[in-house]
Amino acid sequence: MMKFLKRAYLGIIFLFLYTPIVVLIAFSFNSSKSRGQWGGFTLKWYLDMLGDRQIREALVFTIVIAVLSTVLSTVFGTVAAIGVHNLGRVSKTAVLNLNNLPVLNPDIITGVALMTLFISTGLPLGPVAMLIAHIVFSTPYVILAVLPKLRQMNRYTAEAAMDLGATPAMALRKVILPEISPGIISGALMAFTMSIDDFVISFFTAGTDATNLSILIYSMAKRGVKPSINALSTVMFAVVVILLLIINKRSDKGEELLL
Amino acid sequence: MGKTLIELKNLTKSYSGNRVVDNITLSIRENEFMTLLGPSGCGKTTTLRMIGGFEDPDSGSILFEGHDLLPVPPYKRNINTVFQRYALFPHMNVFENIAFGLRIKKIGKSEIAERVAKMLRLVDLDDFGKRNVDSLSGGQQQRVAIARALVNQPKVLLLDEPLGALDLKLRKEMQIELLDMQRSVGITFIYVTHDQEEALTMSDTVVVMNQGVIQQVGTPVDIYNEPINRFVADFIGESNIMEAVMPEDRVVVFDETTFSCVDTGFAPGEEVDVVIRPEDIRITVDPADGQLQGTVTSVVFKGVHYEMLIETKHREYLVQRTMMFPEGSRVGMNIQPADIQVMKKGDR
Repeated sequence: MMKFLKRAYLGIIFLFLYTPIVVLIAFSFNSSKSRGQWGGFTLKWYLDMLGDRQIREALVFTIVIAVLSTVLSTVFGTVAAIGVHNLGRVSKTAVLNLNNLPVLNPDIITGVALMTLFISTGLPLGPVAMLIAHIVFSTPYVILAVLPKLRQMNRYTAEAAMDLGATPAMALRKVILPEISPGIISGALMAFTMSIDDFVISFFTAGTDATNLSILIYSMAKRGVKPSINALSTVMFAVVVILLLIINKRSDKGEELLL
Repeated sequence: MGKTLIELKNLTKSYSGNRVVDNITLSIRENEFMTLLGPSGCGKTTTLRMIGGFEDPDSGSILFEGHDLLPVPPYKRNINTVFQRYALFPHMNVFENIAFGLRIKKIGKSEIAERVAKMLRLVDLDDFGKRNVDSLSGGQQQRVAIARALVNQPKVLLLDEPLGALDLKLRKEMQIELLDMQRSVGITFIYVTHDQEEALTMSDTVVVMNQGVIQQVGTPVDIYNEPINRFVADFIGESNIMEAVMPEDRVVVFDETTFSCVDTGFAPGEEVDVVIRPEDIRITVDPADGQLQGTVTSVVFKGVHYEMLIETKHREYLVQRTMMFPEGSRVGMNIQPADIQVMKKGDR
């Protein structure tokens, strides 16, 4: 009986969490335009979506921003993690707390703050501002993904490389980076996911001429939901789920995140 | 043994005001097996790291074949290190780990293959080249670490507690293997350990350190038989250490008893420390035959000998004899003059 209750409870929670998504996905295949009734299976909305120039442009823009912000935040985050790792205990704790703050900070505050900063420094809102914003919110996640790998490394690894004749730069390239690369890849995947996933911060930094997928969906939804939005949202959901599965699979193999 | 290879002169190093290495002067010869021995925090590892180039001394100098070594970065020193817990590169296989130093030096492929194969043979891991280092046992990883260092043909090999992570039996085997390797490659080993038995077994020269200061430098036999002070006597082997007075040369008084000894050169009436090794105390069945009298309070069988505690009026003596005297029996104890080691009262 107890067991049944436990199962039922879990079932209800998952139902609660996933019903909206399931409905969304179901309606993306619904041939009836009305949201009230099922008119049979169709892929029409997906074809519609692919034929829509606005959507195609937003998709390309989203991917460009995601790739650029992933590359840059991975570089910054990895360098920062190596620096943090070599700090003393007290300053390390301080820096890590500072690093965790943006992670926990509500997106809307980060978004408004970045918008205010860009406006006050005269940087026009738009693609560049959005890219900088994405780097800002992704970098802490990269640091959190790389640090555990550094911690797992034998503390004498870098010295061992130098002992064998490697300059500090060679030790970094030939020994340290290969050893922490699983953490770097996890961090990069997270940065990519965060960038594709983000709406709030993008919205505040986009200005008028930068439109990524999440902003496009929002503005389309305001004008009344077209079924092709359902199709687009389903595709985005699928991409994020796949990325998360890859990240989880990797952390199952012993790469634990600090989150 | 060869000429002087490394000279440490007045080396001093502090961490946040705490002197971990205090004015150390030491010279190390070619082909010497030298061990730095002491409890943890005595400065032995810091001294080794300064020779390797991973720490800079606050003052003092290090000469290598007569040239100042301090401006030379670690990657240019003709010295290699076997690190604590090996520090192998886990993303490389055994062959690549050993080849690392040679690849950095841009040595040709065929020569690398040849030299690595020779090293694998030396450390008895011939067929292990393609193995992942994580799949090796502790002893095998240890041997890879040694091969990775030796393949560069250094003049000096530094070993930082290299056997610390191994179990007792394997440690004993590796001690012998290391000694064999040192003799066959003919280079200087500087070895750091806190295990006094390991130090005595392997070394040509033992350097006993405590609180950043060298206490005594000598052969294992010297260090064991003629410890220079209470710390060395206590740290090396088991011992009975007593406060005593020397009224004149070759006479020492402790426990209200006068003993002959062989030590000279102390001031008349000088207060000294005396060390007597437990195997050097002989037991007599008749208490009256002994210089000291006491009661056996505990007997432990140790395999080769019995270890007994004998309570006298003044103290408890630790005695090791092959013959057993039962608990509670009254016995006498005799000590030969040559077995009494008189030491200056240490200020440490």
